Amino acid sequence: MSDRRRITINVNGTLRNAEVETRVHLADFLRQSLGLTGTHLGCEHGVCGACTIIVNGSAVRSCLMLAVQADGASVETVESLGTSKALSALQQAFSRHHALQCGFCTPGMLMSLEAFLRNNPHANAAEIREAISGNICRCTGYQGIVNAALAAAAEHRGAA
Amino acid sequence: MSARYFGAAVQRLEDPRLLAGNGRYVDDIALPGMLHAAFHRAQVAHGRIRDLDAADARTMPGVAAVYVMADFAAIAEGPMPPMAPHPLLKTPLTYHPLAVEEVHHVGEAIAMVLADTRQQAEDAANAIQVDIEDLPAVAHATAALADGAPHVHSGRDSNLVGTLRGGFGDAGAVFAKADHALSETFAIHRGGCHSMECRGVIAAPDPLAEELTVYTSSQSPYMVRRHLAQYLKRDESSLRVIAPDVGGGFGPKANVYPEEFAVALAAMMIGRPVKWIEDRSEHFVATTQQRDQLWTLDVAFTGHGRMLAVRGRCIHDNGAYAPYGLILPATALASFPGPYALEALDIAIDVVLTNLVPTTPVRGAARPCTAFVLERLADAIARHLDLPREEVRRRSFITADQMPYTTGMKARDGSPISYDSGDYTKALDLALAKIDAAGFAQRKAQAAARGKLLGFGIASCVEDTGLAPFEGATVRVTPAGKVVISTGAASQGQGHRTMLAQIAADALGVDIGNISVEAADTGKFPLGISTVGSRIAVTAGSSVELAAQQVRKKALEAASFMLEAAESDLEIERGVVRVVGVPGMQVSLGDIARALSGSAGLLLPGHLEPDLAATAYFESNALTFAYGSNACEVEIDPATGDARVSRYVVAHDCGCLINPLVVDGQILGGVVHGIGNALYERMVYDEAGQPLSTNYGEYLLPLAPEMPDIEMHHLETPSPRNPIGVKGAGEGGTIPAAACVISAIQDALGPGAPFIAEHPVSPERITQWLDAIS
Repeated sequence: MSDRRRITINVNGTLRNAEVETRVHLADFLRQSLGLTGTHLGCEHGVCGACTIIVNGSAVRSCLMLAVQADGASVETVESLGTSKALSALQQAFSRHHALQCGFCTPGMLMSLEAFLRNNPHANAAEIREAISGNICRCTGYQGIVNAALAAAAEHRGAA
Repeated sequence: MSARYFGAAVQRLEDPRLLAGNGRYVDDIALPGMLHAAFHRAQVAHGRIRDLDAADARTMPGVAAVYVMADFAAIAEGPMPPMAPHPLLKTPLTYHPLAVEEVHHVGEAIAMVLADTRQQAEDAANAIQVDIEDLPAVAHATAALADGAPHVHSGRDSNLVGTLRGGFGDAGAVFAKADHALSETFAIHRGGCHSMECRGVIAAPDPLAEELTVYTSSQSPYMVRRHLAQYLKRDESSLRVIAPDVGGGFGPKANVYPEEFAVALAAMMIGRPVKWIEDRSEHFVATTQQRDQLWTLDVAFTGHGRMLAVRGRCIHDNGAYAPYGLILPATALASFPGPYALEALDIAIDVVLTNLVPTTPVRGAARPCTAFVLERLADAIARHLDLPREEVRRRSFITADQMPYTTGMKARDGSPISYDSGDYTKALDLALAKIDAAGFAQRKAQAAARGKLLGFGIASCVEDTGLAPFEGATVRVTPAGKVVISTGAASQGQGHRTMLAQIAADALGVDIGNISVEAADTGKFPLGISTVGSRIAVTAGSSVELAAQQVRKKALEAASFMLEAAESDLEIERGVVRVVGVPGMQVSLGDIARALSGSAGLLLPGHLEPDLAATAYFESNALTFAYGSNACEVEIDPATGDARVSRYVVAHDCGCLINPLVVDGQILGGVVHGIGNALYERMVYDEAGQPLSTNYGEYLLPLAPEMPDIEMHHLETPSPRNPIGVKGAGEGGTIPAAACVISAIQDALGPGAPFIAEHPVSPERITQWLDAIS
């Protein structure tokens, strides 16, 4: 249980060096060791998606990945998107379309969509619904989230 | 004063922080010296604790303490105080913070470990050896009532807590004269809470000040304070309870829980902050659920399809305890007669104990259950008389000209229930028009050409909202010109901050960006009740309106002295009081607040009371009734039994809309919760009371690909029962949704199918019905 290893992870553009217990999952490492509490834990068995982050460009459930597995990887969390005073286009669209209520699933939703929309800027509503099929929201009924993603994608295409 | 904000789709003040990952939920709080708690929980549904051996656990790495209930004897003892006493609960059915002698459901906490990390605490909790003598368990409400059934609690000689009764008129006489009568039995199952944030508690003692601060993911921080103070025999002033950002509530977080008490006791014992975060597997076995109601009902009706009377019985599964009294079954009873103008009603609800997690309200409480049986009965009448389903409703509804309508039922305080306003037929007709009911036959034919069965469903409901007595608010202007609203009303994502700020901004003539809201912190506002029953807009919203109007009046009085002008010549715009028509003659609200904050040796302007602030407690002395009708289409794949809600239209009236964005969000989320109840969510137990659906592979929640786009239409009949004309919106989406979906499935299966009187319905079940037809 005291098996510890040293890891280096690029988190939101900054190299972070730490010694971690091998059993600690990536979400706990981000939250407890790095203080990045924007990543939330909703089920810890890989279904609810609240802990979704981007690892080497792909959306990943950080509760299903050990911190040591992320050694050498590039990690993006919700904290990389925008600040409360300068939200990203997707975050702004979430607010305009009331895509969040309690906000607990929101970081995971944002990161799933961030990863998806980078590769699928022309996605339609059905594809967006499929893209967030691994993110559970109990508050919104998903509709605002889908509308926000469509709007952000359209805005991005317009700007590109 | 113009309404710049009230009624506008204002983007939420809550959003930027939450979107940027800067929310502050309980698990995001870390205090110096904090220990982490894990519980050892019962593995059997009913058993007697013979021995507990924690010797190994105590010596494990990082472990600071292991506690059982007896360890707390120096500070507290006995069961927790009841939250909602009821005459039928002659002896309270509440938990001990940690189980004593006997456990009554799988998941009941027996012992707790404190350690430096959560992982260490869990390791040690698993190492605790508990010797339990298995006792026979009751895993279903009907089984609990059988002759010779095991006793859920060894010390209670009956599993029947009592029978709630309600009604009006002479049901026997109405049934005797009625043209027709039908009998149906209904098996309703609703699942759990499943807020995405599980529960969590931190208790932090301050030995110098003899204070205890508790952070809890709760809908009821003030109830936690009240009951914990009572239990600890402390004054409420030495307890501060804070609900920080809360990741969803949906009812079960309104209860006061044994873990909240155990964490507080442990923190007091060890003199350090203690955190416990519920994990999802604990949520399935330790957070209250809703589960089963079994109804046997008769309905009497005329040959024209007018519903005349309903009578019958319900068996209500209350689980192993009654932490929230009998609120859930009582709400089922109080929700009759729904939107129907019945001549008579006679209902009995048997409240039954089982060796399962206690049941308490989940979004809608038991209102969706009552709506389900009433709406299914309306459909059954239509089926019996071969009438359109909407005709039965039109002929049975309470009409607009009958408002206010005294139903014959009683509210929780014994007062007669009276619907305040509304036009139920209009809402139904709106839903039917918007979904294009007339075009359904064509859509059904198109679906049939694709090999699919399309069904059309409708359901209506009435929802009591704005439960008494109050949520208060203080509105204060600071010398910096900011407006701070303080309230006891706790939020779990409903956008209360925005809604309250909109009301105050209009009353005070300030920009909404200048308003901040502090809520759900007993250290910031003296009193609060609970965020339940769709009551915050009515209660806290009205209090903010009243308080802000008082502040406005005081600001004008003060400005009148400061500007040496008549109050009637003053106006407030953008935070500044001006003399109309005299440019430059003005004073800001901030300057007035500074003047009313006082300076040594100077009197206040006009000898006014200090502080540009006011507190109001609007008394919500009569419920206000939202209502609506839903219509939907469900497409069934006959090959697999898969049922997909393809269209869903809501016509809803919750009075004046403060923020349509927020109201739509409440209803959307509520409908999807109801669709989950109709099709997916089932908490399964075996005969021994072992839960079999304790993860999200086994317990299904609605996901994005399966959910339809939901179309929303509002009527806005102002409520005459509060100063802002609003009715609650939190549960109106959920209440009729399961009934609406089942109505559509019934329609899709065609006239040969058996009458559907249950939910959730699985693809397997639908296939059985299809097989029975062919």
